[in-house]
Amino acid sequence: MNQLINVTLKVNGTEVSRPVEPRTHLIDFLRNELALTGSHAGCEHGVCGACTVLVDGEIVRGCLTLACQLDGADVVTVEGLTESGAIADLQTAFHLRNALQCGYCTPGMLVAATAILGQQPPATREEIREHLSGNYCRCTGYEAIVDAIEETAKARAAGRALAQEGA
Amino acid sequence: MNAPVPGLAPTTYIGQDTPRANARRLLAGRGQYVDDLRLPRELHAAFVRSPHAHARITRLDLSPARKSRGVFWCGTGADVARAVSPWVATLTHFKGMKSAPQYAVAVDRATWQGEAVAVIVAQTRAQAEDAAQLVEVEYEPLPAVTDMETALDAATPVIHPDLGDNLAFTRGVDTGGVADVFAAAHLVVEDTFRFGRHTGVCLEPRAITADYNPSENQLTVYLANQAPHMMRDIFAKHLDIPEANVRVIARDVGGSFGIKVHVYPDEMAIVGVAKLLGRPIRYSADRLESMSTDIHAREHRVRAKMGVDRDGRITAIEIDDLTGIGPYSVYPRTSAVEGNQVVNLTGAAYDFRHYVANLRVVFQNKTPTCQYRAVGHPIAMAVAEGLVDHAAQKLGIDPAEFRRRNLIADDNYPYTSASGMKFEALSHHACLDKLLALMDYPALRAEQKALRARGIHRGIGLAALIEVTNPSAAFYGVGGARISSQDGCTLRLEPTGWVTAQTGVTEQGQGTEAMIAQVVASAVGIPVEHVRVITGDTDTGPYGGGTWASRGAGIGGEAALLAGRELKANILALAGVILNRDAAGLDLRRAQIVDAATGEPVLPLAEAARIGQYRPDTLPREFQPQLSVTRQFGQRDWPFVFTNGIQASYVEVDPDTGFVKLLKHWMVEDCGTIINPLLVDEQLRGGIAQGIGAALWEEVLYDADGNLKNGTLADYLVPMAAEMPDMVLGHVETPTRSSELGAKGAGEAGTAGAPGAVMNAINDALLPFNARVTEMPFTPERLLRALGKIA
Repeated sequence: MNQLINVTLKVNGTEVSRPVEPRTHLIDFLRNELALTGSHAGCEHGVCGACTVLVDGEIVRGCLTLACQLDGADVVTVEGLTESGAIADLQTAFHLRNALQCGYCTPGMLVAATAILGQQPPATREEIREHLSGNYCRCTGYEAIVDAIEETAKARAAGRALAQEGA
Repeated sequence: MNAPVPGLAPTTYIGQDTPRANARRLLAGRGQYVDDLRLPRELHAAFVRSPHAHARITRLDLSPARKSRGVFWCGTGADVARAVSPWVATLTHFKGMKSAPQYAVAVDRATWQGEAVAVIVAQTRAQAEDAAQLVEVEYEPLPAVTDMETALDAATPVIHPDLGDNLAFTRGVDTGGVADVFAAAHLVVEDTFRFGRHTGVCLEPRAITADYNPSENQLTVYLANQAPHMMRDIFAKHLDIPEANVRVIARDVGGSFGIKVHVYPDEMAIVGVAKLLGRPIRYSADRLESMSTDIHAREHRVRAKMGVDRDGRITAIEIDDLTGIGPYSVYPRTSAVEGNQVVNLTGAAYDFRHYVANLRVVFQNKTPTCQYRAVGHPIAMAVAEGLVDHAAQKLGIDPAEFRRRNLIADDNYPYTSASGMKFEALSHHACLDKLLALMDYPALRAEQKALRARGIHRGIGLAALIEVTNPSAAFYGVGGARISSQDGCTLRLEPTGWVTAQTGVTEQGQGTEAMIAQVVASAVGIPVEHVRVITGDTDTGPYGGGTWASRGAGIGGEAALLAGRELKANILALAGVILNRDAAGLDLRRAQIVDAATGEPVLPLAEAARIGQYRPDTLPREFQPQLSVTRQFGQRDWPFVFTNGIQASYVEVDPDTGFVKLLKHWMVEDCGTIINPLLVDEQLRGGIAQGIGAALWEEVLYDADGNLKNGTLADYLVPMAAEMPDMVLGHVETPTRSSELGAKGAGEAGTAGAPGAVMNAINDALLPFNARVTEMPFTPERLLRALGKIA
């Protein structure tokens, strides 16, 4: 239990190396070792989605992933997505639609949403609801979140269509 | 260039969709929740918790834990009691109410599964948890009182022998002659309604960091909480520290819903250990701890009957409410309020005069219950709305028409309900009319009928509601609880012409800061972007009650309005002196001092502020500009300022599986003046979702020995995106005259009405099967049993 394993991985574009206990979950590694507190621990059972981050481009649960599994991995959190501007449109849509209240689920919602924003044709409301079925929000009743993601998905699809016409 | 500046018209942000400035940081992952904080020399705590619902602690050996890696300190209940005195949660206006002394960590005996029996402090959370597993505790299990139905039987053990029995509180209401009215009724319908014990499930678990500085006898507590000043008073009292030396800071709070407005023994223990050790101590509940130690709510059984005359008018209602609250009444608000609300509110949307209500609040060995969003309302509304639909069905009257005949008329105010509740002005009929129009009710009924013929079973359920908001001291203050019913707002004019606002009402994501900014900007006459709002710190800003009972906008907003008007008057007085003009002829609009008659700008606010702050030497000796103001407001015209509304649910029931699919939900409500429609609508939607959770999924399950059976979110079901319907909302605005702003609360009406609406929709769908359900949550199993498909 006390034996430490050295891991080297990329987090939000920066390489980090740390010795970790085998039992350390990714969410605790991010929050406690790297002070990336945007991702949250909610249920610790992989049900609520508050700890959702990207690992090698796939959305994963930070509470079900061990840090020692991630040697060589590329991890992106809400902080990274924010700094790169990759989800600026989605964040603005959330803001204008008030698709968050307490904000605790929001980083996980945003990261989870990235996986369907590129879909062509854009995801329907039903598909968005289904896709978010692993992300718990106690505050909003979800409708505003679905609205914001739907709007962003449509805008991105229209933008791509325009870009293709122009090409 | 130099074109004449057009006159500025007065502008207001009241009623405008204004996005929340503070949401930006939450969207960027830059929230500051308690568990995000790191303090120098901090230590982490973990608790050893009782695996038994009721047991005597016969041996507790901490020595193996003390040897564990990273451990700094271990303590028992007696150790923690050296720093934290016990408490008893009663209110003097609840006559005869009783509860037992409760300790931060159990001393000698545990009374529910999950009660802390020891606390471990270590360098890391993981080390504290490792050590907690090494603590050796021997228990002598005692009989657990779990079934509230038998809690008062002579054969049932008394949980606190000193109290004599397991009855915490009882109350009766009898308007007189009710039996005669029932005897004379054309129809009497009866039902027994059961409500599943459930809990708030804030996504952010309860979290605390307590930092005690012995050199100054100064305690700072970072706490995910709704009522910082209440907690400050309690920490001071129970840790014997002068109140002025206690600072409570609630930064971002990850959902609260009433969960984070109570005194939790483990949080008191953390504060006590911080005082004992003189080091910052951190603790955050994990999900199992949240499920077993956050307050629960709503375990009620209500036998109810309603008398109706030949014309379908309600003549009498009688209820008997039994509720189980766990082993202790929760401090300091008590666990009698929910049942008391059921007595006060059942049927109170309707015009009838004869009412009998009996309430018994009993102790049991389960997690303590207390106030959770919409306290008592969902029960009271579901009982009345269930009876209303039952009676309408028996009489063959459409449920909407039955409500039209019985809801208190919109021109019949002020009105005092049979239970004694005083209503200033409600709009039940306007809301009903608007709801039916939004739904296209006749078309929906036609669709239901057509689909029923094809074997598709859909149901429409209505639920009228009232909501307690903007409470006076009648809620807690009169009962001796040191919980403020007033709130204040302090405004400071910055030298730039911007305004910093501090308020006692707190932010948990509902948009308190945005609401305050809108009110201040409107009252002062500046752009909303020029207002910065600070909440959640007892060391700064005015004293106040915080956020509960839907009081933020109505009480805190009014204080902000009064402060804003005062600051504006002070600014205009300053401008008048600077300009050598009569201040009465000036106004402040969009950060410009203007001629009030023409709107012509005569002096930028920033210039007036600059002179006021830096160049008072240029002003007459006898004039001192007053650029900071505080105003406080407590609502004193009514015990509570009630709101009203009505909801409708449209569901489809699969009679073969018992599954309920939510198709759509509507709500029309009246919270008086709407400050920010965007925020009000989100309160309604989120509230409805919580009410739907109670109706369909959420129940904390115990076995007969008091073992919690579903302590994870994999087992305890909450509403998720895929199941939730879109919601159509409408508003009627009847401002309260108890304030200048006219705003009432909107935080709980969604939760108050949704369970009843869903229940009525399900029963409407089940009508062809002659089946009826009245026990929440309405699981497939319960539906199939009602349908006679399983035993």
